Amino acid sequence: MDYSIKIGGEAGQGIQTIGDTLAKVFSRAGYHVFTHQDYESRIRGGHNFFQIRFSEKPITASRERIDIIVAFDKESITLHENELSENGLIIYDSSALKQKYEKPQFLDIPFVELAVQQGNKIMANTVATGAVLGMLRLDLDIFNGIMHDTFSKKGEDVVQANLNVAKAGFDFALQNCPKCIFIPSSFGEPKMLISGIEGIALGALASGCKFYSAYPMTPSTGIMNYLAGKGKEYGIVVEQAEDEISAINMALGASFSGVRAMTGTAGGGFALMVEGLSLAGMTETPIVIALGQRPAPATGLPTRTEQGDLLFAIHAAHGEFPRVVFAPGTPEQALYLTNKAFDLAEKFQVPVFVIFDQYLADSGWTYDRLDATKIRFNDYRIRGDAFKKLKDYKRHAFTETGVSPLGVPGDSESLVVTDSDEHDEEGHIIEDSGTRVKMVQKRLLKKLPLIRQEIAQPYLYGGNDPDIVLVCWGSLYGVVREVVDIMAKDKKIAMLHFSEIYPFPYYLGLLKNAHLTVCIEQNATGQFARLFRAETGYTFTHSINRYDGRPFTVENLMGELHAFFGRL
Amino acid sequence: MPSLEDYKGQTPAWCPGCGNFGILKSFKDTMVDLGIEPHQVTVVSGIGQAGKFPHYLKCNTFNGLHGRTLPVATGIKLANHEMLVIAVAGDGDCYGEGGNHLIHAIRRNISVKLFVHDNQIYGLTKGQPSPTSMEGMVTKNQPFGVFSEQLNPLALAIALDCSFVARGFTGDQKHLKELMMDAIPHKGFALIDILQPCVTFNKVNTYEWYRQRVYRIEPGYDPEDKIKAFQKALEWGERIPLGVIYRNHRPVLEERIPVLKDMPLARQPFDPSKIENTIKEFY
Repeated sequence: MDYSIKIGGEAGQGIQTIGDTLAKVFSRAGYHVFTHQDYESRIRGGHNFFQIRFSEKPITASRERIDIIVAFDKESITLHENELSENGLIIYDSSALKQKYEKPQFLDIPFVELAVQQGNKIMANTVATGAVLGMLRLDLDIFNGIMHDTFSKKGEDVVQANLNVAKAGFDFALQNCPKCIFIPSSFGEPKMLISGIEGIALGALASGCKFYSAYPMTPSTGIMNYLAGKGKEYGIVVEQAEDEISAINMALGASFSGVRAMTGTAGGGFALMVEGLSLAGMTETPIVIALGQRPAPATGLPTRTEQGDLLFAIHAAHGEFPRVVFAPGTPEQALYLTNKAFDLAEKFQVPVFVIFDQYLADSGWTYDRLDATKIRFNDYRIRGDAFKKLKDYKRHAFTETGVSPLGVPGDSESLVVTDSDEHDEEGHIIEDSGTRVKMVQKRLLKKLPLIRQEIAQPYLYGGNDPDIVLVCWGSLYGVVREVVDIMAKDKKIAMLHFSEIYPFPYYLGLLKNAHLTVCIEQNATGQFARLFRAETGYTFTHSINRYDGRPFTVENLMGELHAFFGRL
Repeated sequence: MPSLEDYKGQTPAWCPGCGNFGILKSFKDTMVDLGIEPHQVTVVSGIGQAGKFPHYLKCNTFNGLHGRTLPVATGIKLANHEMLVIAVAGDGDCYGEGGNHLIHAIRRNISVKLFVHDNQIYGLTKGQPSPTSMEGMVTKNQPFGVFSEQLNPLALAIALDCSFVARGFTGDQKHLKELMMDAIPHKGFALIDILQPCVTFNKVNTYEWYRQRVYRIEPGYDPEDKIKAFQKALEWGERIPLGVIYRNHRPVLEERIPVLKDMPLARQPFDPSKIENTIKEFY
């Protein structure tokens, strides 16, 4: 069993609600689920879709072949009809689209009329949700549970109305779809369903983040929303800043004051933060920055996906100072790497990036469980009595490791002083060359090798003696992994995925003996391949770059790869 | 109790006669008189001659970037609202580079005290006009005189309903100290614009120029009358008023955030085991 559903329509028609609900039904049923979203930068209108794939086997990417299209607009049909699988079906409401389709793969379901009969036409999308479940012959019990969880706060009436309209859609599909021959496998243990952006936000929660300041910007806003919702329970202050310059400076102030702090933005907002990044470097103030890449330059394609800011994140800011850059490939990695980001930021008093993109942010993945025991929490700050007892405290004291004690101001009579100017051990402004040299050694040169030791090697997936190595980073993990699974049937092929990117983990390993090494990136110039060459001297034999703002699918990546195989 | 000696920092690198000396003296006197220990206060500064202020003191210090004083101060205060947080800035620093932050810090009404060293000129970069330079002032880079209208920080602050708005003069240290003593216990954001001659680069707004014009606001003046306050703020020219021009009792940001009700954020413990339950919400 491996089915894909595409729900298409205008912004404002509830596409995401249907998608989220169906995905939740499937994950609670114990299936593996993968979802991704494609939307325009507008509140109403346009054409958007939400795609769900579910299977009894693990899945990590979207397929192009669709089994059920739920069409809320004509574009869903004209743009996606050719994606339909052999036994696939399109469901639509002819009265709403004002058009009747007579082809056999179309099923006309009166979403609006059924919704009106049972209550209110705004519930037409719940009719559609019920209809899809009817087509799949998936009992409504799980759906009903989700409606209770979602709407019980709004009253039993609202819950019941939703159950009724869903049942109407369910029954209609059951009675009128003789061609529906989908055979879902039996249910398993419920799985958790989590998106990349939720993974990052959960990582922040799990790390004891207490302050988050940001300016809203797609695709990072979800972190702010999630943390604001958890603020009361976890003791987190979320402040919407007047601009990104303020956002990063507020976070640095909070961090100086003794709490774990984070900011998040997209490439354009990060451009404004760059001055503050340098301030973090000079003052050795821990900070975690979530950077959501999207197609640029300038405003670009605001709601779409790209990996165009890797070199920007690595090189941004004036001056030289250490930094760490992580690029998770899955929601699970997003959780653990955000946690590691907080740990390293505080341990070494440096800025740490978690870079992602719209594709990872909005993609939903399922897991049996996420292991909370893998989360690290060490408080490296010096607080309370420990700080009171510390004699001759100097915020920027020279030490063996370059890491100076990070005292919490006010906890002791010792003063905590820092400066964006070059400073002495106490933190006061200086001009002399001797102190300058010692500070650069402390701040940068002593810390760098220690930070490097913390960086994990890339993840190898596939055989140990591959002819073909597909190299990728960040959000391309899932799609490349599936391609390797398929191609491994007749080729010696492996994936090398980098999620801990900077300081660069020196690796040549299997690349030296492979015939074909392909660096796959969602950008025009191959930024990772350039970084790899700069750090190792190694040049990949080929590269595949996609920069139309849309994610790779398994099929189109396979197509690109087949073009190279003649050369083997 | 703290003494003046406790607040003694580096020897100032300001020009002899700089208006900043008077502000430094008033500030130290204020701290000592209020009985505030150096570790109970954090001074946040930016870049410019005012930016060096905390180095000439002894206290917790974050000397950040030009114009970014208020965001850093806001973060510090939100993370530890029991800390006294003073933001020190210059006129170019706060009214130019950081203008947007000023607007929004006033709107938030966080209890940060902003002392602006306003000398109506850029000193550190050697004599360019600042937002408060008077129209027509000739400088090296404005040979035809400043074309832009002079910014009126007090009127701007009152328009934004800033909860405490005052003007001081470094030449009247006793009065300036009184203003600081008033601003520090005030609940909410406080702005003191401090007239302070740049003896090297501003040949117009000299000690003499200010002394001929400034006057202490008459007793009986009601700073809670917003319209009168606005009129008072617009006085500039032959007569320049000193004193608390406007104040109100708007709700204070740090008191409105439920998370901060019982204890400063920086002292709140974190229990990593809580995450288990949160993970369950994703099923």
